[in-house]
Amino acid sequence: MLTEMIQNIPQVLIDGLTLGAVYAVIAIGYTMVYGILELINFAHGEIFMTGAFIGTAMLIVLTGIGWVSSVPTIIMLIVVLLFTAILTGLLGMGIERVAYRPLRNMPRLIPLITAIGVSFLLQDIVRFIAELKKGNYIVTGPSLFNSQLSIKASSISSIFTDATIKQSFVIVLIAAVLMMIGLDFFVNRTKWGMAMRAVAQDRDTAALMTINVNKVISITFFVGSALGGATGVLFAVQYGTIDPYIGFILGLKAFTAAVLGGIGNIRGAMFGGLLLGLLEMFASANLTLLSHGVFGAEYKDVFAFIILILVLLFKPEGLFGKPVTEKV
Amino acid sequence: MKALWQNYRKNKLAQGIFLLLYIGITSLSLYLAQKSVTAFLLLLASLLLLYFTSFKNVTKWLIAGVVLVILLPFTASNGDGYQSYMEVATLVGIYISMALGLNVVVGMAGLLDLGFIAFFAVGAYSYGIFATAQANHFMPFGHYPLSGESFWIFILIGCFVAALFGILLGIPVLRVKGDYLAIVTLGFGEIIRIIFNNLDRPVNITNGAMGLPSVTPPSLFGIDFLYPSQFYYIVLIILVFTIFTVRRFEHSKIGRSWKAVRENEIAAQAMGVPLVKTKLMAFAIGASFSGMMGVVFAAKQAFVDPTSFTLLESITILVMVILGGMGSVPGVILGAAVMTILNLQVLTEITNWLNQLSTSGAISIPDALSPSKMQRMIFGLLLILFALYRPQGLLPAKNRKYDQKLLQKGSKEANGDSLREQSPIENAQEV
Repeated sequence: MLTEMIQNIPQVLIDGLTLGAVYAVIAIGYTMVYGILELINFAHGEIFMTGAFIGTAMLIVLTGIGWVSSVPTIIMLIVVLLFTAILTGLLGMGIERVAYRPLRNMPRLIPLITAIGVSFLLQDIVRFIAELKKGNYIVTGPSLFNSQLSIKASSISSIFTDATIKQSFVIVLIAAVLMMIGLDFFVNRTKWGMAMRAVAQDRDTAALMTINVNKVISITFFVGSALGGATGVLFAVQYGTIDPYIGFILGLKAFTAAVLGGIGNIRGAMFGGLLLGLLEMFASANLTLLSHGVFGAEYKDVFAFIILILVLLFKPEGLFGKPVTEKV
Repeated sequence: MKALWQNYRKNKLAQGIFLLLYIGITSLSLYLAQKSVTAFLLLLASLLLLYFTSFKNVTKWLIAGVVLVILLPFTASNGDGYQSYMEVATLVGIYISMALGLNVVVGMAGLLDLGFIAFFAVGAYSYGIFATAQANHFMPFGHYPLSGESFWIFILIGCFVAALFGILLGIPVLRVKGDYLAIVTLGFGEIIRIIFNNLDRPVNITNGAMGLPSVTPPSLFGIDFLYPSQFYYIVLIILVFTIFTVRRFEHSKIGRSWKAVRENEIAAQAMGVPLVKTKLMAFAIGASFSGMMGVVFAAKQAFVDPTSFTLLESITILVMVILGGMGSVPGVILGAAVMTILNLQVLTEITNWLNQLSTSGAISIPDALSPSKMQRMIFGLLLILFALYRPQGLLPAKNRKYDQKLLQKGSKEANGDSLREQSPIENAQEV
């Protein structure tokens, strides 16, 4: 049993890293908004999903135009990523303006409820448009970067089996890592990033220091949503088929990742995402083996939820967060 | 106009005559025009009208009883639509009861529970498993399916099992607050659904995604309950019990503790409200109503499968509570009734009408636009609009107001004469 598990490790690592990179970038969106507003932006998963649909639609349209085929695919992807990021960023800003800002001083329950409402609304609007255009809300994008690469893990040590990866995996991973590095630079090195950290620490004092709090919150939503939307495109490229309901469960798992890393902590969210992706892939590959067939891979969602619940119960501040005491 | 309205507000006789006329006309029109959904809905709306009259509570209950027990089934019974009307009425009752349960958790105790449907599922499965041959797969003794008489015991069992699950969920959840609580309960709801969906291996307990077909119908004195018109009365009885219990809880010590915890947890704790007990009670009581109705639902549908217990259902019930007004019992009843009727009757009617229009070629509506598919959009919009513009809901919750002088007088008298039976609080009027 153990040898079988070790044999699988290269493949598990590769799949886990891909999934983990997706989780990590979405988790950043949750963690940024929570750090600033102490609000769980339920709609963030749906922004990711909308990004996936916008990106797929653009790719379908672009691959349909004749002269574009002479442009390298990678450039096309970059253009699509940028456009999607801007569109979903604006969408996130709009959502904040309409649904969250008027409720900033209400009890915490109320914005949470609008967040659920926004997420349902987005799901249905996307479903509606997809169904109107394609006749079916499950959409398959054009297949890009499909060539297989093989990693000869068995040449490193004979206990591993070879792992195969799609070319798109490399692109997803590189893009996700670039986004994370870019964000880290933005938050820690730029003026706006400093303003964001200031607002997250103390909104009132930041306002006194001539920081335009509303603008900073808008920018936070823009950046978080842009990253989420771009990840959606990467997800669509990597996994091919998308439907309007992917955002919910993925968003929930990304949220788990954010909690795991300590909510409000951006680097923690990145780490939590990668860790959760690896754990989940490990579970879905080995759960059947470990439990002698009692639990199948269909319990992998349960697995993620159980991690969430355990973290919240025993270490609610996460791996890298600081514990906070509630003030009266 | 205003003077007339004021006059009407004061004049009980005018109200009574108007109500009687309204009920008379709507029930007559339902009796004569059996196909008219409008008449059916208008007759149900008479209860809302009744709520706004200034009669005494007992009178209101009596009139509502007459309308619901006799008038509604009788006037609807004349045509083909009878069972479908009763089906709607039964489901309305089931949803009202669940929404009242969620109202205890969300509205009164302020704990946002996004996995509430799980308790409904627990109730439904607890009857579903034992009232089909399914239980033979894992029970070492006994012969299954159980007979229809066991249904009545299972209402209680469903209630207790759901309450137990409520407490089991509550214990770990007590450590997390606010938004985290919402996420954790959502996670629990999904976990329970996934488990029910996959529990056909290694021991076949729930029959997995296939569901449990042909659940034994309940029976009483040899009569089998098969039709919605019969389930209507079961639901009505449980519903009355639910409303009565919830109202009693609301104004009892535990009800006031819930509201204190909702308003400010730390302050409540400082005032001596036991947090753990209060929150667990809220979860258990809220869940138990849901569990009871789960049993009835399983018997009525005669089929249980995991697709009836998705997150969408949990959110539907949440929308009912928000729409009606968090913490307000009459509001939640109204919200649940409106949402269920909207879902079952209005949307399907509009869809049918649009389909007719497009088949006759008047206008063509794409299939994607069909209103019955727009549930999520409607729920989302309702949630956003109500949270933004009317967070207190359609019929906002009212707190009992106490007359300070009366209370002071009462406590003086109580000091002087402790044998005095009637507490002045009993005299307090709901304003």
